[in-house]
Amino acid sequence: MPNASASSPEVEWARRLLEGDATAFTPFVESFQHRIFQYTWLMCGQREDAEEVAQDTLLKVFESFDQLQDPSRVKAWVFRIAKNYCLMKRRKSVFAPDREYSLDELLPGSEESARTIQVADSGALPEEQVLRAELASHLEEALAELPELYRSVVLLRDVEGLSTSEAAEVLDIKEDAVKQRLHRGRLALRKSLARYTPAGTGEASR
Amino acid sequence: MTEHKHQHNQKDPACLEVFAKLSEYLDGELDRLECDHIEEHIADCPPCVEFLRGLKRCVETSREFEGQGNCPKMPPEMEEKLREAWQNALKRRENAH
Repeated sequence: MPNASASSPEVEWARRLLEGDATAFTPFVESFQHRIFQYTWLMCGQREDAEEVAQDTLLKVFESFDQLQDPSRVKAWVFRIAKNYCLMKRRKSVFAPDREYSLDELLPGSEESARTIQVADSGALPEEQVLRAELASHLEEALAELPELYRSVVLLRDVEGLSTSEAAEVLDIKEDAVKQRLHRGRLALRKSLARYTPAGTGEASR
Repeated sequence: MTEHKHQHNQKDPACLEVFAKLSEYLDGELDRLECDHIEEHIADCPPCVEFLRGLKRCVETSREFEGQGNCPKMPPEMEEKLREAWQNALKRRENAH
């Protein structure tokens, strides 16, 4: 997959900031402040920590802006700083304790298979938009239930849109480990969100 | 309606093999051969199609996640501090060149 961030607005703002263009300052700050705030809150569940980490990270980013070698990697660079502040700042996580999932436990169980077969056979799914909205309202809770190992990867890759190599750089792990954790994290999220999908998607008609 | 050719469950090696690669498939990280293999399997396996659809829906929901939304506005004195830090960094960069 190509580097998802190569042509993102953040990359363009970073290039302009390196050239001294002050008009890029506010959009850069607002975008990263929001992103870091969201990432930190979802990583440790503390609003005050999230606000502080966002500010501390941005200060560190600008203090060392002359060290940004490659603007196309700005998202990985900023999130790596944010992750470190998040680790330093963090109190005891209010979320799920860390543990590893095996692929087996994320397979659909027989009951679930029966349900999804019924959904597939209903030939329907016109309620896709309603279903997505319903899932979105439970996503935060489902993310909180994910062990940190997987949550950090899902947040960086799917919520924040970093590429595999950027996420690997932020978390200091190999790309294969990013892929494995992302897959298991997504499977666990899917399993968790499956609780909210049966009504109105075919099962009720059985 | 497609007739099920096999049961989709934890013991079916064909489903298991596909199951392990679905994220990479969705992310376009597999080569053509592996994609063909998965597509060949799911063409004959409605439960795998439905599972893939559920996983894709989940990924798209994450991508559209707006989250907490209400990050407080940066205090003006903090913003000033950031601008100052940026200007100093630019000066150092200029001096280094």
